Amino acid sequence: MDTLTNWHERLISKTTRATLVTTYKYWLWLGFLIVVTGNGVFQYWKQWQDGLYVTDMRDRISWGLYITAFVFFIGISHAGTLISAILRASKASWRAPVTRIAEFITAIALLVGASFVVIDMGRPERILNVYLFGRWQSPIMWDVMAITTYLTASIIYLSAPMIPDLALYRDRLVDKVGAVRNIIYRTLALDWKGSPKQYKLLGRAITIMMLIIIPIAVSVHTVVSWIFAMTLRVGWDTSIFGVLFVAGAIFSGVATLIVIMAILRRIYHWEEYLTEKHFLYLGYLLAAFGAFMIYVNINEYLTEGFNLEEAGAFAFRQLFLEDFAIMFWFYIIGGLLGPVVLMLVPRTRTIAGVVAAAILVDLAMFLERYFIVVTGLRVPLMPYEPASYGPTFLEWSIFAAGFAIFALLITVAIKIFPMLAIWEMTEEHEAAIAGEPAEEALMTAAEVAGSGASTERSPSPSRPAEEGAS
Amino acid sequence: MSDDAGPAEGPPAPLGEVPISIDSVDRRGALKLLGLGALGAVPLMASAKVMDGLVRDIVKGSMYEIQAAHPDTPREFGRIRQWTMVIDLAKCDGCQSQGTPPQCTTACIEGHFAPQPMEWIEVYEAELNGGGTQFIPTPCQQCENPPCVKVCPVGATFPSPEGTVLIDQDRCIGCRICMAACPYDRRFFNWGTPPVPPEAALADYNPDHQTPASRGTVMKCDFCPEMARDGTLPYCIQACPNDAVWYGDLEEDIATNGRTVVKATRLISGNSGYRLKEHLGTRPRVYYLPGHGEDVGRDTHDEGRMPTEWPWIERAEGAVTWTR
Repeated sequence: MDTLTNWHERLISKTTRATLVTTYKYWLWLGFLIVVTGNGVFQYWKQWQDGLYVTDMRDRISWGLYITAFVFFIGISHAGTLISAILRASKASWRAPVTRIAEFITAIALLVGASFVVIDMGRPERILNVYLFGRWQSPIMWDVMAITTYLTASIIYLSAPMIPDLALYRDRLVDKVGAVRNIIYRTLALDWKGSPKQYKLLGRAITIMMLIIIPIAVSVHTVVSWIFAMTLRVGWDTSIFGVLFVAGAIFSGVATLIVIMAILRRIYHWEEYLTEKHFLYLGYLLAAFGAFMIYVNINEYLTEGFNLEEAGAFAFRQLFLEDFAIMFWFYIIGGLLGPVVLMLVPRTRTIAGVVAAAILVDLAMFLERYFIVVTGLRVPLMPYEPASYGPTFLEWSIFAAGFAIFALLITVAIKIFPMLAIWEMTEEHEAAIAGEPAEEALMTAAEVAGSGASTERSPSPSRPAEEGAS
Repeated sequence: MSDDAGPAEGPPAPLGEVPISIDSVDRRGALKLLGLGALGAVPLMASAKVMDGLVRDIVKGSMYEIQAAHPDTPREFGRIRQWTMVIDLAKCDGCQSQGTPPQCTTACIEGHFAPQPMEWIEVYEAELNGGGTQFIPTPCQQCENPPCVKVCPVGATFPSPEGTVLIDQDRCIGCRICMAACPYDRRFFNWGTPPVPPEAALADYNPDHQTPASRGTVMKCDFCPEMARDGTLPYCIQACPNDAVWYGDLEEDIATNGRTVVKATRLISGNSGYRLKEHLGTRPRVYYLPGHGEDVGRDTHDEGRMPTEWPWIERAEGAVTWTR
């Protein structure tokens, strides 16, 4: 038990260190992010004054980088909740250090993604019309409902499992942080005392949220795909879009999680907790979804390319051979095949290999979102020359600001919240010491990687201690 | 996790304190968790309006009723109509023979002050099988099953009892999903602040004529229902030098090109009328009679058509224009 206490104390000090110790590099990074965000805000102010005239979107290609960013960010928001919920549901015993970061990514990516829809609006000041005159028949309304529900659920799913850790921060950091953070901890810890009954309640809440959040998350990106699929456009009006978007969302979500984990691990020396095993398992998850994405893409493009209807032929050519060919083939070879190969070859089955695969995937998935939006609109509907679109500096600035705000919110969150799930990790460690056969953990991970979610057993975030108590 | 890890002493470390009154603490804890759950009410409340509409529509079976626009929007519908246009392509030479831009487009731009580069009725030049081209004047198709209306999140675009699809620019939020949905490329967006000449600035806004235009909203051909109610023909038809465009009412089964009055259905069926992209099931109210301007002496290989102009733009102060 002695070693456990030591381990636990070391974990606490390593986690709180991220919150308490702020180096000049942190301020430099923060300053950089604020500059990028500031530029984006300034550019948006210009757009607010002049209208969407300042973008390169026009009547024929009427959606561009903003909608791409919307789809991309809502996509990476699936990192979190869905992955951490799947891992929880499948009782993957290695999940604890991963979940908190994943859940933060979710909430923050959702906020950023949703704001890009407003940025794309011609009359953002009329946003309330959506509530005043909303029509349930419109795919946009489905999105508004799905995303607000998902955001609410993910904030609960982020904050509920954080309660014990916030209570720990409340008790341990009371003299070390200022009044604001003390208030935050006191408020969000909800009078947590750590009694068995509270643990039981919390366990129930987490289980319920986990079960609710999986279908919500799946529905969200399906509904996002329906914005496109519900139109009469070649390349968009396909029933595979929901599957393609959800799989792509989880795919890019895992990739983003890997990248952010790698960065935090480096900066805060969390090597002990975010081990090679975590990266490899997530890498296998990535490879599995990569393989699935290849399958979905073959399904889609073979049917289109084999039949080659008139408009379909145009869509096919611009993607495979002409304007968008470089993007498309980078996506297929680098983004889908790449991670599979990197995970198959033993030499690249390392942390560096996984991170490289993740970066490839993120890039490729951004390009995929981009060419899906733009090529779908570019197919001529009437006898006219195909339009062209290339985002302006202003659009790129606002786009970059989106990433900056995403990074900024995570950067700020590190200084407030425990980014490692201390109590869950301790619990996991405890179980490991108690002598859980290592093979079982591997099996669970393999199941997750293989089938996405295996929930045949009724899932519960079983605390051994609590089970005894109840 | 192993099940045999005995009834341990709760979680480790920080939680050293013994809860004094387990019950009261837990009740509070539970209540606060419930309070967190109340957050979930936000999206629910947000969608209450939408759900209300859904339930009402299911109960009343009124899914296809007009999702009418803002109650304050001035609107006078006449009687039940089905305004229609029949465009005789055999008579349309894109105004090649008289060396002007297509007069229908020009008149429409003049009449509606359509901002550059909007061509609410646009004359497309399509390739013919075997070479050569034909001209296809294309207004909004005023679909009976309009894809744009289906996708609009706020009911800013709506079908009227007169068989037109209109846009309430006072309500439009500029999301542009209708432009993605329209399979005929017939919707235009005010990307910048649209040019408004002095005479248009004084007009009382109304979805029937869409003047004055406002930034960040969608516009399109409205079929000039006001003019039809007043007994005049739409600008495009008045301006056509070859009387190629017919305007009428399928409800009354009548159509005129300004010279002759005919039975609309006979005009369509007797001349093998067709509609654009019929296979999409949008059921347009614009019909085409096949041809390539042969009735007015155009050869399929005649080339050169004057580009469209927006002459009044010069009168609009500080006009911003863009390209399509």
